[in-house]
Amino acid sequence: MSEHVVSKKTYFAVFAVLMVGTAVTVQAAFINMGFLNNLVALGIAVVKATLVVLFFMHVRYSSRLTWIVVVSGLVWLIIMFAFTLSDYDTRGWLPYPGK
Amino acid sequence: MADHQAAAAMQGGERIGGGEAHAESASGELAHHFDSVEQQTEATTLGMWVFLVTEIMFFGGLFTAYLVYRSRNAEAFAAGSHHLDILLGGVNTVVLICSSLTMALAVRGAQIKARGSLVGNLILTMALGSTFLVIKAVEYGAKFSHHLFPGPRFVFEGPLARQVEMFYSIYFAMTGLHALHMIVGVGILAVILVQAQRVALRSRFKTRVETVGLYWHFVDIVWIFLFPLLYLIGRH
Repeated sequence: MSEHVVSKKTYFAVFAVLMVGTAVTVQAAFINMGFLNNLVALGIAVVKATLVVLFFMHVRYSSRLTWIVVVSGLVWLIIMFAFTLSDYDTRGWLPYPGK
Repeated sequence: MADHQAAAAMQGGERIGGGEAHAESASGELAHHFDSVEQQTEATTLGMWVFLVTEIMFFGGLFTAYLVYRSRNAEAFAAGSHHLDILLGGVNTVVLICSSLTMALAVRGAQIKARGSLVGNLILTMALGSTFLVIKAVEYGAKFSHHLFPGPRFVFEGPLARQVEMFYSIYFAMTGLHALHMIVGVGILAVILVQAQRVALRSRFKTRVETVGLYWHFVDIVWIFLFPLLYLIGRH
């Protein structure tokens, strides 16, 4: 797995995309897209993070076991977000008994 | 991981990386509890990934706090964010991405046994990491002098002052924890840099550089999310 040597060309290509992504995310922040601003900012960040994980961190060339560990980290993070917000965002939906 | 690396580094030389260094095979390349070098490498990187998953949850708690408070105080978060310096934050993002590139090239240098490339890129990575920390310190200094550090001296005009203070609490907690990881990272790089000039560039050392690389890239990824979430709210 880690014996795979990634070419310099690939590293520089990923680097270039990360730089462009940074420029785009700053530019996009100054354009009013309403609700979409958040999605664009997060979308670009997710793409950048994915590139770092796949190429700089060699996950693209790693074993299935490594993939499972990486994905499990994201799954647990999403569970934490989802369960927390499912509490906070639903408070007040139902009246308290006796109120 | 930091402790382990630091402790391992203290021992110096080639017999680092596993607790059973004394029982390695004659070449010193393979610890006795592994069948092959490939298995040994796989176990090391997998262990590092498991650690990084715990780190995701560590930062994840703060990201959850951010999510909850921002969804309730969108206006105050935007107001607080406007007092952060996009230029410094943006420059730091670029600096960190550059450092990730040099770190990746350092790992490549270790893989192809090119000591010059390994050492050079490790030095560049350390320099870029230090640059990030200096810029961060300048930013912190400005926030302190503008009374934006949460606490008794916090001053913010307007009815949202308390909510903006919460934004700054989260800002300092998240960037502070991130900066702490950067400091640890630069320290580990210093250790690996000294070793890179001395030890033979065999599989075990290459794996060690790779493990440090995984940590460094992880810290970069955290910043990739922190930058838009803290600096770029409601700028339009």
